[in-house]
Amino acid sequence: MSDTQWRLEVDRHTCISSGMCSGIAPDHFELEGDGSHPLADVVDQNEAVIDAAESCPVEAIKVFNAASGELVSPVD
Amino acid sequence: MTTTHEPVNFPFTPDYDRLNPSPQTIGTGDGEPLVRVRLPYGGEGWLARRYEDVKVVLADPRFSRAVAFGKDVPRATSYISDQPGILDMDPPDHTRLRRLAAKAFTARRVELLKPRTQEIIDGLLDKMTAAGPPADLMDSVSWPLPITVICELLGVPVEDRAKFRAWTDASLSITAYTLEEIMDARQSLREYMAGLIAERRREPADDLLTGLVKARDEEDRLSEQEMVQFAVGLLIAGHETTANQFGNFMYTLLTHPDQLAALRADPGLVDAAVEEMMRYTPLGGASSGFPRFATEDLELGGVLVREGEAVFVDITAANRDPRVFDRPEELDITRESNPHIGFGHGAHHCLGAQLARMELRLALSTVLRRFPDLSFAVAEAQISWKRGRFIRGLETFPVTWSEVRV
Repeated sequence: MSDTQWRLEVDRHTCISSGMCSGIAPDHFELEGDGSHPLADVVDQNEAVIDAAESCPVEAIKVFNAASGELVSPVD
Repeated sequence: MTTTHEPVNFPFTPDYDRLNPSPQTIGTGDGEPLVRVRLPYGGEGWLARRYEDVKVVLADPRFSRAVAFGKDVPRATSYISDQPGILDMDPPDHTRLRRLAAKAFTARRVELLKPRTQEIIDGLLDKMTAAGPPADLMDSVSWPLPITVICELLGVPVEDRAKFRAWTDASLSITAYTLEEIMDARQSLREYMAGLIAERRREPADDLLTGLVKARDEEDRLSEQEMVQFAVGLLIAGHETTANQFGNFMYTLLTHPDQLAALRADPGLVDAAVEEMMRYTPLGGASSGFPRFATEDLELGGVLVREGEAVFVDITAANRDPRVFDRPEELDITRESNPHIGFGHGAHHCLGAQLARMELRLALSTVLRRFPDLSFAVAEAQISWKRGRFIRGLETFPVTWSEVRV
């Protein structure tokens, strides 16, 4: 893990399966029966992942700096 | 990988009947693949009606909205739009715009709007009560509630509602207005919004329009055309859908007395009731909806869809797919599993879904609590529905009551 990588989390209890994340970042998220999950937990920095986190209607997606654990998105 | 029938005309009927789904069942059964359909303009395409197929069309990035923009594609309208809105875009352009407003519509932010929304509803019902029965529920609650909420959020003067409602009504028409009237109304909405944007440039405020202006002027995140069209889209989508659906939901409850009684007996069911009515109540009117276009040859529902072909989706049929919903034709507000796609699915999933849910829940709860015996003021058969529009809805909704609670 390095500074340039991000860690993705989807809260399945919050997720409403809108399909938003898999629609706008299909390389990073997939919908299953109980909601969305990241295809890989740690990814290289990528704007599509931020798009997904910022567009999720219930903010179920969190993007963290993989090294520091700092929240990258969504932020106010 | 072939279909067994000649193209079917779509939309199936020239207009809709109340809140009834189309009686046409083609394409909903197990053995039936996609339906080959012929549109009034632009030729033929496919129609997906089964839940899983519809979700693929809406979420799979091999389907595009943007590739068909401005072209003579299969469609229900005589005209071809020349002003792309967010629904005419694909990610990442779509998402670049959507992100600018998405924060204002998250569940968390919508929660903060609840007290003000309740206040608006209470004020509207106070007025309705003071005037006494009968009342038009559309004029008294359905229209003013979402209009006031979206106006305050966007920064549009609510006093202008008569103007922009008339323009919105015409711009979401299929046959209810002439082509010239439709185009004039759309242009008027753009000019109106451009005027408000100019005001925000001079005098910023704490609203979404100012947010868009800053995103454009300070960060260059969208073009002037995109900003104007996006703001128009937010104003239209922010009221026309919720207004009609509130009327449709109340109509649904009044015509399903057992479900209405169940909700009155247990107001805690209101969240589930809203979800069930989102599933059960068709929103689309005389429109063919917003087709997606295959960007490569692909297989869907066992059918080969060629690159460039249009695929329409029938969300109403998908929401009644027996493979997904038990007793799909039954309205059941106690339904536990309800993965309906009434707000769409995928990248274009309704931006205002959480706001609409909140408004609908509060309005239903409050109306039912304050009017314990609310009923139609005229025979159901006399109630008139709007015609030739994208969206179903009641022209007027005459209601009466004998008892009022505070």
